[in-house]
Amino acid sequence: MYIYDQHDHSILRQRVEQFRQQTERYLSGDLAEEAFLPLRLQNGLYVQRLAPMLRVNVPYGMINSGQLRRVARVARDYDKGYVHISTRQNIQFNWPDLADVPAILAELAEVEMHATQSSGNCIRNTTADQFAGIAEDELLDPRPYCEIIRQWSTLHPEFAFLPRKFKIAVNAAKEDRAASQVHDIGLDLYENEAGETGFRVRVGGGLGRTPLVGSVIREFLPEQELLSYLDAVLRVYNQKGRRDNKYKARIKILVKAMGPEAFAELVEEEWQRIRDGYTRLTREEIERAKSFFTEPAYKSFDSAAVDAKLDELRAEHKAFDKWLTRNVRQHKKADYASVTLSLKPTGVAPGDVTDKQLEIIADLADEYSFGEARTTHEQNIVLGDVEKDRLFELWEKVKAAGFATPNIGTMTDIICCPGGDYCSLANAKSIPIADAIQRRFSDMDYLYDLGDLDLNISGCMNACAHHHVGHIGILGVDKKGQEFYQVQLGGNAGNDTKLGKVLGPAFEADEIPLVLEKILNIFVENRIEGEEFLQTYQRIGMAPFKERVYAKDH
Amino acid sequence: MPKIIKDGQVCEDSWQSLSLNEGESAAEVTVPEGQWIVPLNVWLEQRDALKNRNDIGIQIGIDDDIEVLAEDYASLPLLAFDFPAFMDGRGFSAAFLIRDRFAFKGELRASGAFIRDQLCYLQRCGFNAFALNEEDLEAAKASLGDLQEAYQASADKAPLFRRR
Repeated sequence: MYIYDQHDHSILRQRVEQFRQQTERYLSGDLAEEAFLPLRLQNGLYVQRLAPMLRVNVPYGMINSGQLRRVARVARDYDKGYVHISTRQNIQFNWPDLADVPAILAELAEVEMHATQSSGNCIRNTTADQFAGIAEDELLDPRPYCEIIRQWSTLHPEFAFLPRKFKIAVNAAKEDRAASQVHDIGLDLYENEAGETGFRVRVGGGLGRTPLVGSVIREFLPEQELLSYLDAVLRVYNQKGRRDNKYKARIKILVKAMGPEAFAELVEEEWQRIRDGYTRLTREEIERAKSFFTEPAYKSFDSAAVDAKLDELRAEHKAFDKWLTRNVRQHKKADYASVTLSLKPTGVAPGDVTDKQLEIIADLADEYSFGEARTTHEQNIVLGDVEKDRLFELWEKVKAAGFATPNIGTMTDIICCPGGDYCSLANAKSIPIADAIQRRFSDMDYLYDLGDLDLNISGCMNACAHHHVGHIGILGVDKKGQEFYQVQLGGNAGNDTKLGKVLGPAFEADEIPLVLEKILNIFVENRIEGEEFLQTYQRIGMAPFKERVYAKDH
Repeated sequence: MPKIIKDGQVCEDSWQSLSLNEGESAAEVTVPEGQWIVPLNVWLEQRDALKNRNDIGIQIGIDDDIEVLAEDYASLPLLAFDFPAFMDGRGFSAAFLIRDRFAFKGELRASGAFIRDQLCYLQRCGFNAFALNEEDLEAAKASLGDLQEAYQASADKAPLFRRR
């Protein structure tokens, strides 16, 4: 993981001090509410329905055991003893006092964590694959570049007051797990035919009210030119993006209005002018960033013996077998595995985790995974580097801690925003919908039979739970003060990113489980051997689903 | 005389701003003797006459095209940029371009609706003078130093990775 040096520490300390003074000025009446608003947002602080919410960055999802323990302590000392993993891999505290926030930020800064730009109209936390550095299908490790982008975007003086928020994702694997095509900028890291490292650059993707898939504006950007090109994109957006209507202010609207080619031309013009300036990355800096993401001390094993023993244990323990199948992933090293801790047991809001559980995860990370863990945009936590030989003992501990629900990638591994229970933007609640679905579909064998199925629930069109790219998406809408739920089918966030289509008129909350059952029945009745939900949908189309769901009862 | 923050110090503002009254035209208004900041359209209309004076600054607004002054930056003593709302960040990019692309060396002044808490970023983008709407400029001035170390390049400083 990246380790701060004295410069990083001093930058973060002065930021914490700046916000402490701003908060004092606000509380004493010297700083007006409207001026304080964007300043607190840029330090991660929202004011929600019931209390403030503080969103702390987990840069590209990497977190170590010391940081987990500190987050646990803060949750206990300043909050109600639990936190929420967001769909941008960040950690949210739901009930801090505004006056305590500077102290919280100071405590987090000690362990190299910050809330800088986790909200507001600025460049947000850069996200990546939760299996970065350990995935079998990875071309290159994206994390050094994510860290370079983190530093470049942190307190960038020119881009703190953009027309709207700005999100960057970096994908570096064959299978895109970073949803890079629905980001303001999506970067594909790869090596070209000449053996040079660089990026394919997409701009103008995004969800929200106007969901769009990003357009490629540059097929290959050499790695050393990363920051000058990002500067050029942001500069064009900062000057030309719409500021008259916040619903038209994202870069996707600008790119769509101008056309990707015209936008690319403007960027190219600015970039050509600045590319040889001092924002051009040095070889030393790239090497410095890479030096923090070298391989840990992996051990060698007798693979055949390890696998044989695992097979034996699988045969003996059915529950272990299910867990291995769903929650454990092959590592790039044959004798290692990546374990996803499910934060989606029935009865807990998706992505919520308590202080005690965070401490258990910290201990498990120390004991089994080189002291590191990863948050995922599906709102789970990953222990990335577990020896296969120790999976069984880890499983027993994970089970005891409540993280072993073997539902990763299944329909009950729901991505769900905090919704109307917390969020002041929401039109409708989302957590109770997730809960009702998890209760109705609790038969694991049925879920396994359904296969991989992404179900995403957003409480409003801001789409924090990415409902457009769920195979099944549910969107809370408000109709004359009543909460309703619209269902979408056919979305996908992977390489073949697709936006879901609306099934038809919205439903009341208590109708949703039955609607889902009808949709699943159509899938099960129509699927051809081996087909996943998405494939069946693509083959048979929306009509059969629509017909069944809206059929009049006889 | 009103005060401004300039080059890190609170000082008296020796410049006056000319604005067009109802019925006055940019082409015909008289720019008096002394240091005057004139609206862009006055400059564009009277460029030939004003160019020979070294005591004329220009006020530009958020929607003005900074390229129309491409020929003027080299000799201009002052350019004032007016912020319509503090959340409107276009001025930050404009300042960067004025310093970087057009190599403007004169006084680059922020005016209008920006706030004290932006001073530090504004300075890093290239502003060196601030007509800030605050009672206590001495106290406000401290915000210039909020963030002394930074990762990125500033208008006048290399990025941290080149100094690390």
